[in-house]
Amino acid sequence: MDVASAFAAAFQLVLGLDPRFLQIVGLSLSVTLTAVVLAALIGLPLGAWLALARFPGRAALIVLINGLMGLPPVVAGLMVFLLLSRSGPLGDWGLLFTPSAMVAAQMLLVLPIIVALTRSTVEELWTEYREHFRSIGLTGLRAVPSLLWDGRFALATGLLAGFGRASAEVGAVLIVGGNIAGYTRTMTTSIALETSKGDLPLALGLGLVLIALTLAINAAAYGASRVGARFAG
Amino acid sequence: MTTRREMLGLAASLALALGGLAQAGAAIAQAPRFITVSSTTSTTDSGLFEHLLPLFKAKTGIEVRVVSQGTGQALDTGRRGDADVVFVHARAQERAFVADGFGVARKPVMYNDFVLIGPKSDPAGIKGGTDILAGLKAVQAKAAPFVSRGDKSGTHAAELNLWQAAGIAIAQAKGPWYREIGQGMGAALNTAGAMGAYVLSDRATWISFKNRGDLAIMVEGDARLFNQYGVILVNPARHPHVKQADGQAFIDWLVSPEGQKAIADYRIEGQQLFFPNAAEPGA
Repeated sequence: MDVASAFAAAFQLVLGLDPRFLQIVGLSLSVTLTAVVLAALIGLPLGAWLALARFPGRAALIVLINGLMGLPPVVAGLMVFLLLSRSGPLGDWGLLFTPSAMVAAQMLLVLPIIVALTRSTVEELWTEYREHFRSIGLTGLRAVPSLLWDGRFALATGLLAGFGRASAEVGAVLIVGGNIAGYTRTMTTSIALETSKGDLPLALGLGLVLIALTLAINAAAYGASRVGARFAG
Repeated sequence: MTTRREMLGLAASLALALGGLAQAGAAIAQAPRFITVSSTTSTTDSGLFEHLLPLFKAKTGIEVRVVSQGTGQALDTGRRGDADVVFVHARAQERAFVADGFGVARKPVMYNDFVLIGPKSDPAGIKGGTDILAGLKAVQAKAAPFVSRGDKSGTHAAELNLWQAAGIAIAQAKGPWYREIGQGMGAALNTAGAMGAYVLSDRATWISFKNRGDLAIMVEGDARLFNQYGVILVNPARHPHVKQADGQAFIDWLVSPEGQKAIADYRIEGQQLFFPNAAEPGA
């Protein structure tokens, strides 16, 4: 097997516009983006709250969330699997082997990253600007929107890290999605499947497409932050 | 300090986000008619389902979602109620599944056979053999590298039965030459290729496998290498959400003359991969 045939396979996939391939790419992106958006909706306020609030056990909670950044995807998948299985507590929802289950598993992976990075970003800003906020009458959690806005570039990096972790993982989506053709098959589970079928050039070709997509999304985010920074002056 | 109101606001936004997730799930739950089938890696990796399912859908409008796992895991998926139908190959385990009340009835569908694959250099000297037991004895005697699925799949069960039939207690006899990888058929073939090891494979996966490298068939054609597939409806009495009518429709189609012909028609490079035998007594 040579790398040239992998590149050839990658070009064939992209230029051929095979509907099955486009469906796989579309599903991968929509599952991961949904997971990141939902995790951000929960994680940004939660992280900011954790930065400002003082309560017993806060240090332990911070350590726990920092530690969960290293949660093995296959464990996250297994936890969601056991929850959503028909024999599990949420089995009646019938969500196992659906894209929703994959979103839930990826959220579990992304959430600790977003909470931890938001917490450290906001805490730093708060330490630096506490007096300023106080002087304009913003105290406690009412300062959160301004703090999140001031830290938006650092937070965007956190979201990208979360996106990277979710889009690259295979263990969790394989367990909770089941790699069903045309329904829950993503880029990464396709790569695993083609590898097991011995079609290594196609597997590597899919990998190259995934890397290119990740690069494109990061480039777009970087470009947007540059433009934003210029306007923010 | 945080106020009670702010805490409530935070809780509300959390609930909102979770509600969004549940809603997304509900939208998907309203998707067209479908059943979930847990099946083995061999039926998927060989491309059989890609051939069969569009035919079934065109006839009935039922979409079949296949989760492919080893036979042991596929039966577990059925036991937990996460599939409507299981389609696997390990007769003893299938009968136990039905006897324990997890499945309604087992119907034989088709067979193919196992082949012993090995490196062309053939360190055990068994190439061209038709006696699988002699072949395995030679592999063990020479301590030639052997890759075992080690994943409770149908192929793994068949391999363990063959060692036993050869009079080798593999649990005691195994040494560094016997490598359990705990993965699917394709991964086992990839590993055997990379290590120059022997490996038992179903013929369908072998024929459709694209990374053969230095591997070739060493032993084939022994009646003991017979590999029967069966299909079972998960018991709706135990799991009320099982889609009984649509699942049964799929089973009935598989064993009907039309479904049997569709199975026989599936070929790769001119070779038939599966041989329908739903009508054969005792299959």
